[in-house]
Amino acid sequence: MTPLTRLDDAVQPSAPPAWPSTGDPVVCLRGAAARVGGRTLWRDVDLSVAAGEFVAVLGPNGVGKSTLVKTILGLQPAAAGEVRVLGGRPGRANHRIGYLPQRRGFDATLRIRGVDVVRLGLDGDRWGIPLPGSARFARRRRAAEARVAEVIDLVGATGYAHRPIGQLSGGEQQRLLIAQALVRRPALLLLDEPLDSLDLPNQGAVAALLGHVAHAEGVSVMIVAHDVNPLLAYLDGVVYLAHGAAVTGTPDEVINGPALSRLYGSPVEVLCTSDGRLVVVGAPEPPAVHADRHADRPSGARDGSR
Amino acid sequence: MVPGEPGPSWNPIIDLQLLWSFPFMVNAFRAGTIVAVLAGLIGWFMVLRRQSFAGHTVAVAGFPGAAGATLLGVAPVFGYFGFCLAAAAVIAALPRGRDAGYREESAVTGTVNAFALACGYLFIALYKGFLGGVNALLFGNFLGITDDDVLALLAVAVVALAVLAAVGRPLLFASVDPDVAAARGVPVRALSVVFLMLLGAAVAEASQITGTLLVFALLVMPAATAQRLTARPVASLALTVLIGIVATWLGLGIAYFSPYPIGFCVTTVAFAGYLLAHAARAGRFGLPRPRLAGGAT
Ligand SMILES: Nc1ncnc2c1ncn2[C@@H]1O[C@H](COP(=O)(O)OP(=O)(O)OP(=O)(O)O)[C@@H](O)[C@H]1O
Ligand SMILES: [Mg+2]
Repeated sequence: MTPLTRLDDAVQPSAPPAWPSTGDPVVCLRGAAARVGGRTLWRDVDLSVAAGEFVAVLGPNGVGKSTLVKTILGLQPAAAGEVRVLGGRPGRANHRIGYLPQRRGFDATLRIRGVDVVRLGLDGDRWGIPLPGSARFARRRRAAEARVAEVIDLVGATGYAHRPIGQLSGGEQQRLLIAQALVRRPALLLLDEPLDSLDLPNQGAVAALLGHVAHAEGVSVMIVAHDVNPLLAYLDGVVYLAHGAAVTGTPDEVINGPALSRLYGSPVEVLCTSDGRLVVVGAPEPPAVHADRHADRPSGARDGSR
Repeated sequence: MVPGEPGPSWNPIIDLQLLWSFPFMVNAFRAGTIVAVLAGLIGWFMVLRRQSFAGHTVAVAGFPGAAGATLLGVAPVFGYFGFCLAAAAVIAALPRGRDAGYREESAVTGTVNAFALACGYLFIALYKGFLGGVNALLFGNFLGITDDDVLALLAVAVVALAVLAAVGRPLLFASVDPDVAAARGVPVRALSVVFLMLLGAAVAEASQITGTLLVFALLVMPAATAQRLTARPVASLALTVLIGIVATWLGLGIAYFSPYPIGFCVTTVAFAGYLLAHAARAGRFGLPRPRLAGGAT
């Protein structure tokens, strides 16, 4: 792993959030740092995401993107600085957060339907079994089933939601998991590489859906991605992690040659293709925006979240 | 086979009436039914969680438990529950990989497994007159189940099922999707310990009917068959219980009229059901049809 290089001018701890935030931030990091296994992954990260904002977390493999998501969930304590989520300490309001971990799909022999997995997102954390027969039970069940059907329809998974999830393709599973994250009408969505294993048209469709969820329904959305291009049209902000630090700002402020060169400490160019796609070239670690996933892993390193 | 009895009439009602005219058979059916329900439901989660190896190891630990109890002159029941729960606790205490969760049972489980079998052999060797009982410990026995035994099985089963009902939904969540469940505040690690304890209790009960080596007849086969037939959790659980009860009753009937141990009979019936379920699914979803040879020579 690369040694830590502090950024003196690119990120100042007191710098105001780079995209406009109105009202109370849903997620707020001040001078935050993350340590795992005795190694500091990033430090002095400032970030503020307000309701209804759509923010992408970018950066090369192993830089700590998933760790950032886990820090916001309270699964990983911050080593320094302050982290506040939905007005409290991380982990306090996780029932209002929809989370999609980075993963490689379900066991092919898992005999549970897609709808059941989505349903678990709705009430899987409830103890006890409801007593069937009562009117309240029937009403609850109808409401739950309607909500599950609605959200499955929203992600366009109705056609295969009743098949065992282990038999679905990676992209189909991914859509159902997005539905699972959405089903409780969360105030904050944390999606770790949801576009992973989707083809290009589906990446565009999911990006549009998430943009709609953020801007029309007022849900704050943070999405870890390796390719920013499908998201560009909808993003309010970008967090770019590299070399133990982060740049935050609007996509234009962050994904440009000078900003990324400062972050990496070496010349980096951002090319814009004729159709408006961005390509980062010259990043010292393997392709950052267009990533060749996991090709650069040291053999001992393990993936942060399965 | 109970010697001196007539063979089956092949009329299920008459045969059941005959079997139920003996108090010891009534108790065998009662005990078998309780065990089939408990083992089926716990086994359903075990299959879903891919913890069959842990279940097998817990069962094998019941063997030295029962043998040791006999050696000490204590009722084997205490040996089964003591050793099965202890083995479950050992497995629960094993350190596991960061994200491996329950999917990777460690080599330590295998070590416990082998050591338990060796201890069982030792206890039997020490208790010279006991050798005739080895078959019963390993392959099951339905004779001599007393009313008290049935009550003890029922009490444990009621407690275990009450716990399962209380934790069932979060346990399903944690089994299917541990990362998301943990983020939601479901105590995934604690649930896995609770589940192993339930598994220990279910295995200790099942061992007393099917023998320690054949607990999977009631623990795995009904669940695996039901999960093959349907992917709806509630239907699948109900079907598991039904298959477990049918296999136990048929197994008891066969064991009564045949010289084979009960564990063997239940296993054979359950396995036949599993094969049928496979065949039914293969038929429904169309195996590649054998191509017709056409009219050519
Ligand atoms: N619990 C842990 N113990 C030790 N090291 C860890 C732990 N969790 C993560 N790491 C290490 O921290 C680093 C960052 O992990 P993280 O999963 O956050 O990276 P990432 O940016 O999400 O990478 P990717 O793009 O590959 O998903 C990796 O080098 C990983 O090996
Ligand atoms: Mg990651």
